[in-house]
Amino acid sequence: MIGFFLRRLLIAIPTILLISVFVFALQKLLPGDPVLAMAGEERDPEVLEFLRAKYHLSDPLYRQYLSWIGGALQGDLGISLRTQQPVLTLIGEKLPVTIQLAVMALIIALVIGVPTGVISAYRKGSLIDWGANLVALSGLSIPNFWLGIMLILLVSVKWGLLPASGYVSPFEDLGQSIKTMIMPAFVLGTGLAATLMRHTRSAMLGVLRSDYVRTARAKGLSERVVVIKHALRNALVPIITVTTLLFGELLAGAVLTEQIFTIPGFGKLVVDAVFNRDYAVVQGIVLCTAVAFIAMNILADAIYRILNPRMRDEQ
Amino acid sequence: MTTLTDTMPPSRKPRSRVWRKLRRNPSALLGAVLVGFFALVAVLAPVLPLPGPMETDWMAVRKAPSGAHLLGTDEIGRDVLARMVWGAQASLLAGVVSVAIALAIGIPLGVAAGYARGWTDAVISRGTEALLAAPFLILAIALAAFLGPSLSNAMIAIGLSAMPVFVRLARAQTMSVMTEDYIESARAIGLTHMAIIWRYILPNIFPPLLVQATLTVATAIIAEASLSFLGLGQQPPAPSWGSMLNVAKNFLEQAPWIALWPGIAIFLVVLGFNLLGDGLRDALDPRDS
Repeated sequence: MIGFFLRRLLIAIPTILLISVFVFALQKLLPGDPVLAMAGEERDPEVLEFLRAKYHLSDPLYRQYLSWIGGALQGDLGISLRTQQPVLTLIGEKLPVTIQLAVMALIIALVIGVPTGVISAYRKGSLIDWGANLVALSGLSIPNFWLGIMLILLVSVKWGLLPASGYVSPFEDLGQSIKTMIMPAFVLGTGLAATLMRHTRSAMLGVLRSDYVRTARAKGLSERVVVIKHALRNALVPIITVTTLLFGELLAGAVLTEQIFTIPGFGKLVVDAVFNRDYAVVQGIVLCTAVAFIAMNILADAIYRILNPRMRDEQ
Repeated sequence: MTTLTDTMPPSRKPRSRVWRKLRRNPSALLGAVLVGFFALVAVLAPVLPLPGPMETDWMAVRKAPSGAHLLGTDEIGRDVLARMVWGAQASLLAGVVSVAIALAIGIPLGVAAGYARGWTDAVISRGTEALLAAPFLILAIALAAFLGPSLSNAMIAIGLSAMPVFVRLARAQTMSVMTEDYIESARAIGLTHMAIIWRYILPNIFPPLLVQATLTVATAIIAEASLSFLGLGQQPPAPSWGSMLNVAKNFLEQAPWIALWPGIAIFLVVLGFNLLGDGLRDALDPRDS
């Protein structure tokens, strides 16, 4: 297992370096002089010269990159132009909020997606299967920001059941925290539930046709035991892997969800950074999410190996 | 012994089988009808008897749906139906152009990687993996932010963010086609690389790319709506479904209809492309004949 991890980490290094090149190149997409973009309204030549020297913008391109990546490797992703805080500190502050949202959304997605997928596969071709597929496809087709707006309209504005916006830390008031986050988590979780349902159905269909399920039935085991203990247990391997890989979708979905429900998380940080032309924050976020995504990919592979004994001995 | 005719790529007959399967699939047909309807609306936008999408009527601000304004009016008295119709143009254009950009860059890179292998493959594949590591929407937001907010830049940003999937698919399909006997035969008769790619590889990798392109149009439409919703796509006062929702969220209590229709339109057109894409996948799957 350690060898597997080391191999995967070695493969990840060139990918991360390439991402850093892309992220660095983003800055070069800015029309005109980047110093003018960084300085905002400021046009004092001395300030512009100071910024040019600070960010090594007069250096050749490769030196600029080396200086930027050198800093990034030591955890220095630059300073936010708006808040004057280090980018990494900002990300660190906002991430727990998004993690709470993501975990709640994932729980909702698993609770809806997996049982629906199992029932749909078990009743393949039935009205339930057809209906579940249609609902899943609809879940994938609804823009989550619109679903959020509609829920605010119904649940908050019309019925007054839940707050339309805001955030309370679970360490301050757990009940209130769940109350403020349940609607955003549902919005974020529905699309994922649809994805999970389709994967679960597909995995279960494969497993239900297998010989060991036929054997389990031949032994006279009840359908409940056959489906849950024998089929679902094996189908869970790809489902768990897919769940790990949904991390990217969760982060991307959080951008819009946090914007609608005014949640001060990672997603809102991206949007605020974009509108404040805080490019160092945007670059830092893209780099961090990409690195985290690669880490989740490695984790997904590891989980797959741990859960699937046939993979464990493979080199 | 294998002859050249034996090893020629599959004949054109399967096309009629695919078409037949597609026509028999009610979901795919529903998808085609939905896509066709919105495409027709987008094309006919200039000739439909509707007020201009940017025409304001200060006497009819935030009016509920009525005979005069079938879907109501917005916060500055513009006809919501007219803006929806013109918004269809922006959304569909964004979906199709983004995917065209992704295909135009993705297919040549993918085919080059799968055909040449070696260093070309290694460089292209690592680059693709790196781009795939950044979540699609976050990459699109970052690109749109750096390129500047506009519909054309949003299309470029979405196209570039969607491109890696096509590189990977084209590469995998090319590698699979390269193992076929007819490629070896084509090489044996002295065809140039370009001729082999043009005559044998591109037509054979086309079906899975078509399925992926159809499904990606759906993703691109949602992405454009998301970028416009955030203010990074179509700029006001030009209409787009995403930017209409951006404004609508501020008037939920007073004028909920402004938020209702654009969302339903996005849902239906995306559902249409998803149903059509799923139908195409089933129809093109040789295991399911």
